[in-house]
Amino acid sequence: MSIVGLVFFVAIVGLTLVITYFAAKRTNTASEFYTAGGGLTGWQNGLAIAGDYLSAASFLGIAGAIALNGFDGFFFSIGYLVAYLVVLYLVAEPLRNLGKYTLADMIHARFEQKKVRATAALSTITIVIFYMIAQLVGAGALIQLLLGIDYWIAVLIVGVMMTIYVLFGGMTATSWVQIIKAVLLMIGTVIISFLVLMKFHFNIFEMFSDVKSATSHGENFLNPGVKYTNPVDTLSMTAALVFGTAGLPHILMRFFTVKDAKTARSSVVYATWIVGIFYILTIFLGFGAAAFVGSENIIAANAAGNMAAPLLAQALGGDMLMSFVSAVAFATILAVVAGLVLSGASAFAHDIYGEIIKKGNVTEKQQMLAARYASISVAVFSILLALFAQKMNVAFLVSLAFCVAASANLPVILYTIYWKRFNTTGAVSAMLTGLLSALILVAVSPNVLGPEGTAIFVGTPLFPLTNPAIVSIPAGFLAGYIGTVLSAKSDARKFAEVTVKANTGFKG
Amino acid sequence: MENTKLKSPLQEEKTIYENIASSPKFIQMVKSKNKFLVPLSVFFLLFYFSLPLLTSYSNILNKPALGPISWVWIFAFAQFIMTWSLSMIYVRKANQFDQLSDEILNDFQAEDKGEQQL
Repeated sequence: MSIVGLVFFVAIVGLTLVITYFAAKRTNTASEFYTAGGGLTGWQNGLAIAGDYLSAASFLGIAGAIALNGFDGFFFSIGYLVAYLVVLYLVAEPLRNLGKYTLADMIHARFEQKKVRATAALSTITIVIFYMIAQLVGAGALIQLLLGIDYWIAVLIVGVMMTIYVLFGGMTATSWVQIIKAVLLMIGTVIISFLVLMKFHFNIFEMFSDVKSATSHGENFLNPGVKYTNPVDTLSMTAALVFGTAGLPHILMRFFTVKDAKTARSSVVYATWIVGIFYILTIFLGFGAAAFVGSENIIAANAAGNMAAPLLAQALGGDMLMSFVSAVAFATILAVVAGLVLSGASAFAHDIYGEIIKKGNVTEKQQMLAARYASISVAVFSILLALFAQKMNVAFLVSLAFCVAASANLPVILYTIYWKRFNTTGAVSAMLTGLLSALILVAVSPNVLGPEGTAIFVGTPLFPLTNPAIVSIPAGFLAGYIGTVLSAKSDARKFAEVTVKANTGFKG
Repeated sequence: MENTKLKSPLQEEKTIYENIASSPKFIQMVKSKNKFLVPLSVFFLLFYFSLPLLTSYSNILNKPALGPISWVWIFAFAQFIMTWSLSMIYVRKANQFDQLSDEILNDFQAEDKGEQQL
């Protein structure tokens, strides 16, 4: 590790700690802890959403996927971006108007029963844990590569940092770390893309024709089908991408950090522009890495291609740029895991402890204490799991989180907002069916059961698809429908309240 | 402000939410909202899924479009243009709905105050 690299790392860590120090002064109530008091502006929250979204998986993962698989890697960029339309058109504003801190709040606004809140909290916690392990395992491997330190030390460093941000600075610190990281990440990506374009004499046609001869895939590099050859699996994966975002707890939580639905709306639009431009630039990152680093070198550094972007930075801008990009990747991981700790903690401390066990009779002080204990517990638990999960395939964990989010959360969100007849039984059966079908189908998929070396266990897969979204999302919707129709109760009065609140933001 | 009314033991009495929900202006707003949201949501989902469908079941997008760039990249870029345009269209439309909903709430709040004075 060079001196320059060390300086960048220390600067990033120092900056985030300064932010946490100032944020801590403004974090005295539960609302400030979970949602920064709802005080973020549209562009701040937009940058923070973009930050949440541009995780290590999308920055390092997509760049590597495009470098190695050409167009097939770009599917991720498209799916993640179009997902914003699902969020904006169907979910963001009603969610903002109905909820307080969590997804469970929003569903609970219609069905005031403990089992509904408990089920929603359960699915939130499941998603957060899968996503968190994926980020921590990825972070550990990455920092190991970048800094040359042991995996377990790397995981511990990330774990301690994320705990400090959340514990002291709550959502305010997490948001500002997210905002700064999003800006740095965009700067880094624009610089690299500019250098790549310069190498191709600012001629996009030259870039496209040059990469045809740059990889072993030849002309096929620019065509779909290098990696995704099973049509049903491709559709299933693209469905998980586009529907998963609208069910991810740490993204949904961001809509409570602004003052009203109008601001939530404008923040999604800012995020759409930032993330969209970033995803366009992933083409330059991927093609650049394919042309100037080469797939052999990329795979040698990391089989999944995660090192493509840092290696490209080194090839084009030397140690200086490589160090900057690595430090930004580090900040990216820190910011995303901090957001995950917060959403996990909110499900434990607010939903399970505050609302279910204490029935809402908690003082401000107790809420804060519970939130902090929950944050520490979530952090420690995920660090322990990540230490044991070093060999797990990260991409598989991320796709599992997206699949559970799409299957367990999205059906119940849409039904709660839009379907008058929907009732408690329907809500619980939709969530449990989506959650369990996704988990079970993954457990018997080729990712888990397969020939030696391709899966976690040796065996024959009982389910043919690597991503079960195409089955588990409809299962969630269907279970919600059947559960509702088979049980008599539905409360028209409550639905009137929900529609009025969702559409007007009115709180009587 | 009117919490006592919500928890009223008289089940026959309508809550303020039911009053708003059954008002013609509100019904009209929800109707026109759905008329806007549903077709466009169906459209962007069809447009999105047509990409993996076409790449999985045909080679039509592999044909060259602009020099070395094949149609699949043009179609992929069109997804970006679609997302940006639809998000801007949404905001413009949603701002109109904001005005409507403010009007509705103002009507009811004025009515509410009138009742309280009685």
